[in-house]
Amino acid sequence: MEYGNMPKEKFVFAVREGKIADKKLDTKPVGYFRDAMRRFKKNKSSVAAAIIILILFLFAFIVPLTSNYTVDDRDGYYKMVLPKSKLFAWAGWDGCTEQSESQAGYDYYGGIGVEYGSSAIRKMRGREIDPNTGNPIYTLYVDSYEKVGFIYVDLTEDEYAALKQYQNDTGIHVVYPMPANYKTNFVAVTNGANLWYKLADESDKSSGEARDHDEEGNPIYTPDYLTKKNINYGKYDSLRLAIPGDGDGGQYYVYAVGNQTGYHLRVLYKEYYNYINGHYATHLFGANQHGQDIFVCLAYGARLSFLLAISVSLINLVIGVVYGAMEGYYGGTVDLILERVTEILDGVPFIVVAALFQMHLAKKVGPIPSLLFAFITTGWIGIAYRVRTQFYRFKNQEYVLAARTLGASDRRLIFRHIFPNAIGTIITGTILIIPYCFYSESMLTYLGIVNLETSGVTSVGTMLSHGQTYLSTTPHILLFPALFISLLMIAFNLFGNGLRDAFNPSLRGADE
Amino acid sequence: MFKYVMKRILLMIVTFFIIATICFVLIKLLPLPAVKAQGRDVNLVEQKRELMGYNKPILTQYWIYWKNVFHFGGGDSKGWSPDFGVGEQMYISLPVFDVIKEKLPYTIVVNLYSILIAIPIGLLLGIYAALRKNKWQDHVVSTAVMLVVSVPSYVYAFLVQYFLCFKTGWFPLTVASRETTTFFSMAMFKSMFPAILSLCFATIANLCRFTRAELSEVLTGDYLLLARTKGLTKNQAITRHALRNAMVPILPMILGEFIGILGGSLIIEGIFGIPGIGKLYITSIGLRDYNFFMALTFFYTLINLSANLVVDLSYGFIDPRIKMGAK
Repeated sequence: MEYGNMPKEKFVFAVREGKIADKKLDTKPVGYFRDAMRRFKKNKSSVAAAIIILILFLFAFIVPLTSNYTVDDRDGYYKMVLPKSKLFAWAGWDGCTEQSESQAGYDYYGGIGVEYGSSAIRKMRGREIDPNTGNPIYTLYVDSYEKVGFIYVDLTEDEYAALKQYQNDTGIHVVYPMPANYKTNFVAVTNGANLWYKLADESDKSSGEARDHDEEGNPIYTPDYLTKKNINYGKYDSLRLAIPGDGDGGQYYVYAVGNQTGYHLRVLYKEYYNYINGHYATHLFGANQHGQDIFVCLAYGARLSFLLAISVSLINLVIGVVYGAMEGYYGGTVDLILERVTEILDGVPFIVVAALFQMHLAKKVGPIPSLLFAFITTGWIGIAYRVRTQFYRFKNQEYVLAARTLGASDRRLIFRHIFPNAIGTIITGTILIIPYCFYSESMLTYLGIVNLETSGVTSVGTMLSHGQTYLSTTPHILLFPALFISLLMIAFNLFGNGLRDAFNPSLRGADE
Repeated sequence: MFKYVMKRILLMIVTFFIIATICFVLIKLLPLPAVKAQGRDVNLVEQKRELMGYNKPILTQYWIYWKNVFHFGGGDSKGWSPDFGVGEQMYISLPVFDVIKEKLPYTIVVNLYSILIAIPIGLLLGIYAALRKNKWQDHVVSTAVMLVVSVPSYVYAFLVQYFLCFKTGWFPLTVASRETTTFFSMAMFKSMFPAILSLCFATIANLCRFTRAELSEVLTGDYLLLARTKGLTKNQAITRHALRNAMVPILPMILGEFIGILGGSLIIEGIFGIPGIGKLYITSIGLRDYNFFMALTFFYTLINLSANLVVDLSYGFIDPRIKMGAK
């Protein structure tokens, strides 16, 4: 039979009436992202990591808005106070610490709070006699907030009047009687305001040892206040404490002493703090050596890092994709030249890039933008490399060649036909830039190469370097930032692994 | 082969010089730090700067710089006697090269110890995990490795410092002085141990992860089945066939680590007060001592580039099947 010239009439339609169509699929089509999402959800640890990241993210953005404190709140008296949580006080998260003290220390801490019916010493854990000297050594459980006790303040006429008004309105005692030795105390010791009782050695204002003790060594405090005949001395006409001795023999305790600018007062610091700030001081994560709240500082630092990391990864995404696509798609000479450029940029250690940017730009545009530039200068190389590899893999596949034959433009080929294949690795790569940014930023600020600590700004690395100085005495300053960054890095790595497995199931378990 | 190696080395040198030029220009464009007048004659320093060509055009300075670096036979020595300038803000008037030479051994010794400890542990853990793949032992090792890899190295350093130095007081806080002991003495090792330990964690975890991945892939190979079929015991098959093949990608990684020890760790040296070049570098950035900064920048760049090169090249040497330079 000859196929070459068949007569036209022999051709007949197989089906004349009706349409030929495939059977309609009953199931819904599953897109790439939906499919990836389904796989991701199966990975329990990655889902947990995603939730942790979300929590940390919310922490960073919500805490600065809702907290009582800001980064700029530096309290000179509550320096290095310990973490305190009302909810978890039973678990030892109560702002107290164990310290061993001599008799003088015991008397001093025990004396704080007697006047207002509390004590800086929460518990006495033990008393031993030093065999060498015969002096007792106390193991005390001391509240780091209460032990601030009293301070001296200088107020102007108006501030003084307002404080007295506040006392009269609320009935809260803020002002307490002046000790007789306030002049020397004021100069000699910073917390001399706590020495309100008769001392064993009147001339030694730094010791704090009480004059009298009972047989067990417990101090018996005898008030040693400044007295005057005039009950309204220093124009004080507000609340007075019911302390025995006030008014005895026509002598009244003095609550304020006038000076050139106003009045010199002895105030209970925790109440005074409440009067000034409208709330009592409780630092959930404690405070650092500048008296800043670590919880809030951490949120500010994390917020800065998140903003920095997200903008860096977005910018790097754009640069990396365009650059990698150009390399991979055009290949040949273009690839060779562009590869040399990345090689050169990649050859410079990141720390050098960051240092140079700081030296050149920090004064002109500020340290944060110059850090951003440093991240952008080299950060896109990883993504460009991934995109380039994907392009080499796909650009010569038949469907791309077919599209090219049909006349598709370069741009259409790159973005419609090849690029979608790379989306999975690109998303994974972009997400993994974020923990890298966190780590680098904390490292650079920790080393002091970048100094981000200006008003209203702090960073995790700065907090780490603050804490390192006091690691031996108050490890909590370091603990929380270190914990935060570790948790964040672990969560992001788990999340990144989960994403990679979800987008490229063939790569499951492999390390990129 | 030889041609390819030469080509790569040449390319590396070119890359290095381009980076060096860019860095040199960028550093020289910065305003010179003011001379600290305290205890120093300002005019003398200014004169010295004039003599060293600080006021000449940058390109001329660049030429002078390399001429000084590739200086042979100066002074009483016959060999290479480079001149990287003198310290201006730190180690004032001491030659940069001499100071670096003095600091480098500390960095190398600490990192050498840590690598020598980390390699066997990392390899063994990785092999163990691969052989017990998907059993609970593997899950324990893999989870631990994941955690250790994620947590930044300084966190370990803090933990080690707090528990081993402060709480228990087992180890001294600072590194022993070279005047009292030698580099490879027990006292020196003990004083460096916290730093060594902190550096170990990450290396062990990385090596373990890598070994596990490579070995478990090799273990699924057909030739291993063949080896078992022809009568080898499991141990024989693993040591003679699987391990050898798994080592192909692992050895270059270890080699890269060895070159990396020259650079050391900036952060660990800072925390443990090791007077190595990492600390020197950070100080030079902080104090803006450009001569030190420049010399160390060149040094770090060179290490970075050569580590990459050695890793790339070693693949071909270790496994001749990998043809180098082929696309």
